[in-house]
Amino acid sequence: MRYIQLDISYPGQGNAKRPLMLPKRRNHCRMPRAGNGVFGDSMMFDAGLTADEWTAVRLSAQVALVAMAASLPLAVGTAFLLARGRFWGRAALDALVHLPLILPPVVTGYLLLLSFGRNGLLGAFFADYFGLVFSFRWTGAALACGIMGFPLMVRAIRLSIEAVDRKLEHAASTLGANPAMVFATVTLPLILPGVLAGAVLSFAKAMGEFGATITFVSNIPGETQTLPSAIYAYTQVPGGDAGAMRLTLISIVISVGALLLSEVLARRVARRIAA
Amino acid sequence: MALFVSIDHRLGAFHLRADFACEGRLTALFGPSGSGKTSVVNAIAGLLKPDTARIVIDGEALTDTQSGVCIPAHRRHIGYVFQEARLFPHMNVKQNLIYAQRFGGRAERPGASFESVVDMLGVGPLLQRQPSLLSGGEKQRVAIGRALLSHPRLLLMDEPLASLDEARKQEILPFIERLRDEALVPIIYVSHALDEVRRLADFVVVMDHGAVVDSGPPQLTLRAAYIQDGPQGETEMNIFEVFQSEQLADGRWALKTHAGVFHAPQSQPMPSRVRVSPHNLVVSLDDPGRAGVPSVLQGVVRSIARDGVDQTCRIVVRAGDVDLVARAPEAFVRETCLREGAHVYLLVTALQVS
Repeated sequence: MRYIQLDISYPGQGNAKRPLMLPKRRNHCRMPRAGNGVFGDSMMFDAGLTADEWTAVRLSAQVALVAMAASLPLAVGTAFLLARGRFWGRAALDALVHLPLILPPVVTGYLLLLSFGRNGLLGAFFADYFGLVFSFRWTGAALACGIMGFPLMVRAIRLSIEAVDRKLEHAASTLGANPAMVFATVTLPLILPGVLAGAVLSFAKAMGEFGATITFVSNIPGETQTLPSAIYAYTQVPGGDAGAMRLTLISIVISVGALLLSEVLARRVARRIAA
Repeated sequence: MALFVSIDHRLGAFHLRADFACEGRLTALFGPSGSGKTSVVNAIAGLLKPDTARIVIDGEALTDTQSGVCIPAHRRHIGYVFQEARLFPHMNVKQNLIYAQRFGGRAERPGASFESVVDMLGVGPLLQRQPSLLSGGEKQRVAIGRALLSHPRLLLMDEPLASLDEARKQEILPFIERLRDEALVPIIYVSHALDEVRRLADFVVVMDHGAVVDSGPPQLTLRAAYIQDGPQGETEMNIFEVFQSEQLADGRWALKTHAGVFHAPQSQPMPSRVRVSPHNLVVSLDDPGRAGVPSVLQGVVRSIARDGVDQTCRIVVRAGDVDLVARAPEAFVRETCLREGAHVYLLVTALQVS
């Protein structure tokens, strides 16, 4: 049998923390062992997943949750500016926010690599002043996912802000609430369904993000190898179908689960504020 | 409370220029829809920033465009009851009320307690309900309570009854009267409904096409408006301010109004207002003397209209300084050949005092 030399690492390779941007001359594609998944040296877990596959699942969830949580306040602020603000450069901000939606993900990833890489302007700044390194770390994957999901989040929240009855805010101000309190006690609770919808969209986008992530932080098992990257890695090796299918099913379950959860939450919120 | 308002504001083709001063317990801003009343109260509340304005309450300038003063709405301590209640949909009734207390009630100002407001407005049984489950009248009562609990120094009410049916209106009106009579808080009351203004106001500012056209006590300012109001059937009411009263030997009151003297039975306290339904004013061409009828007014017929209500005519009579409305059967008008300009006596068969 002849195998093609691959420079893609896949679950179980166990060489985490090493960027795999450069091809390595190593014959690392092993034959699958019968009845034990692709990787014989991995332990079997529940749901028929290997430890490394679980790592990919856990990492995906972690990246998606962090991406969602970190971008949420920023998205609310941006949506508020776009919905209510009347300032110079509003159209430019709008375009900038939507950029990740219209650019090829690989372009976004490459731009992130340029700006947030070790030698990039922003990357150096965050590394020097906050000790926060993005390149080839899971934090970078979260950054890429957050940026890719940002336009979706902002759009959902912006729509809900535009739907808020400003008269209620005026009523609150006549009762003595200052603008910050009006936002916290009236506007925010009323836009909660939109915020929730935006958060779920962002989470779903992050769970599925592939192009920008793999371009920016590569595909390092245990560090940046999220579900889509792991599936992709499986599809690149002979006999990886079973593993790809397992992770695909997991990916479907998580996405549908998130959607259902958000539906339940949104309905609960809507019932509470039914007008 | 003394309020001085001077506003000049352009909004598209609409030009608002309102100047007035008032210090009553309940001042009505009265005029047809689109006359600029709501813009005036919005400017007082701080929700509208006029081009040029000076709004002073008890010596404190809330808005003074000349010196660049414009206190934001949340620091004005002015309550506002809106036409559509505007209860927060994500809070129940109790939370809505507490909201006002939390933000406005902090002011170092004596104000009604939570319990007393809930009691007075009868919203105790509604406290745990969501606003979406309240009737229009209930919503408006909660909205009034909420505004009161922010301990305002002035309460603005913008057509609070306009979106309610007649029964609901009658449910709310007594509460507003109580607010006025117990002097809990001075009120600016916006309305285009004559009967409400007549019933509630002790001072009226009449607006039309963005300008103040008249201001003063209701009997003087609403004279012209009365006739424009057209047939109202049962809801029409003659209301007279008492400007001088005298207690007779038998304990009855002789109440002097701009329309003439009314005699009212013994009561405490001294009445300040007389209300007579048009159906309780019997028109007579002959002097009935004093026999049997305690109060008789005299006047000149200004207009007679067959408006088809209960086969009666609506007769406007100028008595003393004011116009009032009486109703007489069509047959009576026909048989006596009653004409405009005729001198008539009005026998008061029933009256209410307050």
